[in-house]
Amino acid sequence: MRIAALVVLSFSALLYAAAGTAAEDDGVKLLKPHFEFNSETLLRGAKLFASRCLGCHNLKYLRYNRVADDLGMTKDEVEWMLMTPRGAEYNKGMISNLDTDDAANWFGTAPPDLTLEARYRGRDWIYTYLKSFYLDPDQPLGWNNHLFPKVAMPNILAPLSGARDAQGNILEKGSMTPQQYDQAVADLTAWLQYASDPSILQRKKLGPWVIGFLVIFSLLAYLLKRAYWRDIH
Amino acid sequence: MNGIFKWINDRFPFREMAREHLTEYYAPKNFNIWYIFGSLALVVLAIQIVSGIFLLIHYQPNDKSAFDSIQTIMYDVNWGWLLRYAHTTGASMFFIVIYLHMLRGLMYGSFKAPRELLWMIGFAIYLVLMAEAYLGYVLPYGDMSYWGAKVITSIIEAIPFVGDWLTSLVRGGFGIGTETLNRFMAYHVVLVPLILIALVVAHVLALHQVGSNNPDGIEIKAHRGPDGRPLDGIPFHPYYTVKDVFGMGVFLVLFCAVMFYAPTFNSLFIEHANYTPANPLKTPPDITPAWYLSPFYAMLRSVPDKLGGIVVLAVAVVLPFFLPWLDRNPVKSIRYRPVYFAMVVVLGIAVIILGWIGMEPATPALLLPGRICLGLYLLFFLSLPVVSRIEPTRNVPERVTS
Repeated sequence: MRIAALVVLSFSALLYAAAGTAAEDDGVKLLKPHFEFNSETLLRGAKLFASRCLGCHNLKYLRYNRVADDLGMTKDEVEWMLMTPRGAEYNKGMISNLDTDDAANWFGTAPPDLTLEARYRGRDWIYTYLKSFYLDPDQPLGWNNHLFPKVAMPNILAPLSGARDAQGNILEKGSMTPQQYDQAVADLTAWLQYASDPSILQRKKLGPWVIGFLVIFSLLAYLLKRAYWRDIH
Repeated sequence: MNGIFKWINDRFPFREMAREHLTEYYAPKNFNIWYIFGSLALVVLAIQIVSGIFLLIHYQPNDKSAFDSIQTIMYDVNWGWLLRYAHTTGASMFFIVIYLHMLRGLMYGSFKAPRELLWMIGFAIYLVLMAEAYLGYVLPYGDMSYWGAKVITSIIEAIPFVGDWLTSLVRGGFGIGTETLNRFMAYHVVLVPLILIALVVAHVLALHQVGSNNPDGIEIKAHRGPDGRPLDGIPFHPYYTVKDVFGMGVFLVLFCAVMFYAPTFNSLFIEHANYTPANPLKTPPDITPAWYLSPFYAMLRSVPDKLGGIVVLAVAVVLPFFLPWLDRNPVKSIRYRPVYFAMVVVLGIAVIILGWIGMEPATPALLLPGRICLGLYLLFFLSLPVVSRIEPTRNVPERVTS
């Protein structure tokens, strides 16, 4: 019996371990971002996204008013801090002004929508990707990426991070220290994780109550069961 | 109140049904934790139906809008995330519960006479459930949905003569698209659930006809008291209803822990690769099925020839139906059959390894382990007629042990 139970337990453990995002992607070790998942982190990430990414990338499923509710912002704050694209609408998704046909002509491919990117690629992938750019004169836009070789996207965060060559030597200093840049990219990663599933805030708020209720329910059910079964031997 | 009950009972056998299936259905008193999974399967079925109805309200079976409609559920519909995560968690939980339920049947010989038909109906439920899960997996129309739909329906192409015709009939055209989603939705939402519910009712009726087995694998009906009740039996209600309510509570704690804190379950319950819309122009590097289908997928891939693979798969799926006749030993429970116990453990390990291989990219290194496990799986069934005749058994007690 115990052996059979062990088999079953190892079943789930094995499956769990077998799945999931690989810790490595094409030989590049994925780095883990360090951030506290709270509204301050998300707001910093959101502002960075709105100022540096929303020029080309959409978060089409994520509406500004949803962000306002989730991060406790007023409409004015959202308009001022996040609604950077021309003609952005408060009740609509975060859509850039970039025309996808133009973008496909300029970059060779249209910048992907990033709403679900953290789910699709994984949180660590995004963090590592944004830290893996290097200058490569052979590339059309002068940038290449260790994690995503020949990626069409240039290193848009270079003014912050500075520029490195393929070996990691700093060629040009950015406006941020490496520590500050890591923190900024971690914030951005946290923001994209939120964007890929905004229910995470509700889930974490609601979870303890639901599970707490069920634990108490189970306890009472157990006592009831014991009372009924007292006369069974 | 009594008047109303009497009025109804004069016209509908409500009281008789409650007696037959609850208050005077005698179940062995020595059920252990393995006997909770049948009830839990009913709980999950209810969760799937209720959450599914709400998802259907917002889902659009169209290749242009299916993926977006799922995201609308996740981002815009009030509590939509809860409904979808309940449905996705429920799908995997269904298989966890069913696999444990089937393992229980194997362990205690619950498939043996007089429960052969009960086992066969149950195994049919499992096959129908796999079809249901597969159809539902295609509906969100993510990239894995699309390629999963393409790969699995292409299996039909291997059928001689009518393969191509049948494939386009199933797909609703030469490729996967709106027509496929339309019919897959009809199957997933109407056809297969109706079959499933009918089979579940038949399963419960068949169980109550023959009575429950127990961990000792002996018939409680062999020892009756003066009132004709089995001495080792207790009424299902209230004893097992209160016990199962407790079990349900514990199960829902686990269910909600997944739903609230790990809904994708490390890409097992919702695969990360399915978080991008279907792209017919770009084949993903690895097309792997959901975890609950992967053992069979690994069997399919173990055979180099397409038609040969399908034949092996068909054999692997059909063999368990004949289990009641393959096993010739009158002793039921693994408690008293050490050799059979070892065989069940090996079978379990082989299926787990196959499940793991089925989710990995197809590499030559995994071909041999896959074939060995496939061999062990087949060997379990094919050697049973011989082994069950000659294996040593321990003394089976007259009455149930607690």
